Amino acid sequence: MDYALIWAALIAIAVFAYVALDGFDLGMGILFPWVPEEKYRDRMVNSVAPVWDGNETWLVLGGGGLLAVFPLAYSVLMPALYMPVIAMLLGLIFRGVAFEFRFKSKANKHWWDRAFMLGSMVAALSQGIMLGAMLQGIKVTDRAYAGGWFDWLSPFTIFAGIAVCVGYALLGATWLVMKTDGPLQARAYNYGRNSAILLILAIAAVSIYLVSSFENVADRWLTWPGSAALWVVPFALAVIGGGLLNSLTKQQEGRPYLWALGVFLIAFIGFAVSIFPYLIPFQITLWEAAAPDNSLAFLLVGAVILLPIIFAYTGYTYWVFRGKVKEDSGYHD
Amino acid sequence: MFESWFSQADAVLLARFQFAFTIAFHIIFPAFTIGLASYLAVLEGLFLKTRNPVYQKLYRYWLKIFAVAFGMGVVSGIVMSYQFGTNWSVFSDKAGPVIGPLMGYEVLTAFFLEAGFLGVMLFGMNKVGERLHYFATLMVAVGTAISAFWILSVNSWMQTPAGFTMNEQGQYVVTSWLEAIFNPSFPYRLAHMLLAAYLTTAFVVGAVGAWHLLKDKSSQAARKMFSMAMWMALIVAPLQVFVGDLHGLNTQEHQPAKVAAMEGHFKSEARAPLYLFGWPNEETAEVDYAIKIPGLASLILKHDIDATVTGLDAFPRDEWPPVPIVFWSFRIMVGIGVLMVLIGLWSGYLRLRKQLYESRPIHRAAVLMGPLGFVAVIAGWVVTEVGRQPWVIQGLLRTNDAVSPIDAVGVGASLVAFIVVYFLVFGAGTVYILRKMAGSPEHTHIPDYARVPMAAERLYHEED
Repeated sequence: MDYALIWAALIAIAVFAYVALDGFDLGMGILFPWVPEEKYRDRMVNSVAPVWDGNETWLVLGGGGLLAVFPLAYSVLMPALYMPVIAMLLGLIFRGVAFEFRFKSKANKHWWDRAFMLGSMVAALSQGIMLGAMLQGIKVTDRAYAGGWFDWLSPFTIFAGIAVCVGYALLGATWLVMKTDGPLQARAYNYGRNSAILLILAIAAVSIYLVSSFENVADRWLTWPGSAALWVVPFALAVIGGGLLNSLTKQQEGRPYLWALGVFLIAFIGFAVSIFPYLIPFQITLWEAAAPDNSLAFLLVGAVILLPIIFAYTGYTYWVFRGKVKEDSGYHD
Repeated sequence: MFESWFSQADAVLLARFQFAFTIAFHIIFPAFTIGLASYLAVLEGLFLKTRNPVYQKLYRYWLKIFAVAFGMGVVSGIVMSYQFGTNWSVFSDKAGPVIGPLMGYEVLTAFFLEAGFLGVMLFGMNKVGERLHYFATLMVAVGTAISAFWILSVNSWMQTPAGFTMNEQGQYVVTSWLEAIFNPSFPYRLAHMLLAAYLTTAFVVGAVGAWHLLKDKSSQAARKMFSMAMWMALIVAPLQVFVGDLHGLNTQEHQPAKVAAMEGHFKSEARAPLYLFGWPNEETAEVDYAIKIPGLASLILKHDIDATVTGLDAFPRDEWPPVPIVFWSFRIMVGIGVLMVLIGLWSGYLRLRKQLYESRPIHRAAVLMGPLGFVAVIAGWVVTEVGRQPWVIQGLLRTNDAVSPIDAVGVGASLVAFIVVYFLVFGAGTVYILRKMAGSPEHTHIPDYARVPMAAERLYHEED
């Protein structure tokens, strides 16, 4: 059995689960500048408070899973992305504690609001920069990172970082559409529409840049089987993007979030096609990076049994907290 | 251009300091939340069984403190899962196939369980009913213990590696997962750490109970928590001394250099003395200003006064851990342990004389003891981690060879960022927790979930 391939798929699922779930709660912080009203901010925070740390656990699984099954990729990527990784961690600290701290001190609440907002933005921006840095290439010699401190920094990576912020704002807005009503919901439809248009443009720009600037990526998309994706992926993006905008315009409460996930999924598939089977693009393949088979098999047993259980009780939690978050329901103490 | 200003040795030292700093801060929160989650499960269970409202009050009171501490544990823990790669990439590449899957199991069996049910535990009382809510509390408590199981297995493997071989890329590959997980030091380390977490929490609970007893002797909630904490001190503190001794004997067997540093034994000798205090001098290989009891170390470590105890002279000089740090951290840990046992005995005596809630001296002492469990936990970790040096994996991989290809400037800059952010953020969190603790448990608001759920939640919120 090709354990490395199975694990690459599982890690991809974990990363997508992370983006789908933590994306909307990071999106709350990214939308904060447009929502100065305290009562709405409380409502936004309350709508994600019971689920945020479950969402962030997918990031721990991503990091821990990469170490477990692709230790070589982990030990090349982390030094290569040193600064954005540290920035992301610090951002997550500020926004994570803000959930509790906002309610602990009236005098300092506005400071913790800023911590929540900036922490969420820095985390999202860093994640986008990491994605961009991976796509633009990482120098490797002898099983180790061989580049400099600022290799991750380029106009392209910054653009990718901003695109991810926009994407999370979209997930956040569509989540709010589902979880709120009244004036806040009306505004969320608006934020959703604006961020949806920006995100689709950004995805198109990133795709064109990648194909035009990187021979490896271009080869991928212009030869079989990538060439099939070349036709399917942009088409699917257009259809799903249209569906998203349509559902936002028609104000179909529950739908826009799902459509937004569709946009993410298509972009995700597009990037996977661009780099497969490399984990460090065009340097280290997933088979080269994989841990020995017995490590992969040992953890796979656990993953196969436990992931469905995790999905079940995570789903249960979401079900418990289903429905609209009322303005007066301070979930919090 | 900066590289020439600093040597590689500086980068290693800074990376070590960064790991020590981030993990020492992190361990404070799990040490507290492992114990507190179990305490909450006990309180909620007792309430469901007895319907005594004092248990419900205490549950709500400690739940809010738990929420803040748990949040800080989560975010400082995420840092740890990436720190292996940023600063210790050679270690990650080589040891990843062994420790990676164990940490993967920690995420799958513990972190998701805790995080998944935490939401229900904190915010779900009026949504799920009390039995399901109790189940959520239990799952969180179980999750914290499972998490300790895996991460201590990982750490123990680095102390006493077992069940592995090396492949051609120089990675450690497991030949027996059972042997790797249940490596020789693991059972002792797990028991020692879990008891430490329970004791640390018990002394925090005891200090808060004592503080409120000093202000109001009649408070039923304060009496109850002080009494529960003192039972823990009476029973668990002596048990911890026993487990700690077993752990020490195990270390003596597998990592004799560490024990030699703990004891300040430079020379291997029969009838080895026990140094109570002194300053181990690595230059002269003597303990300066020593206060010692002849023969006692042989008696404790070998259970035979005439036995020979291995000293550091049995090891090459470049395999010695930094002796004074290990020696003194060990004394701090043991000293606090002894104080805990004494408080436990004192409380037992007062309980027999029905003076437990009347005697102000023990209440004052208990307040002072409140933070010491954390000090003991960190001192204990310093003993075991610094005592393993110069190895990151005992006998296999040196710390100096495990570091990432990074330079001192970057590690130094991120270290400064961590220090500033941790003191700011976790300092604020500690202030909020202390403020909560200063509020009387008698005034804990119990929302009337059954009748007006939404209104109750609002009241609960306004109380802050």
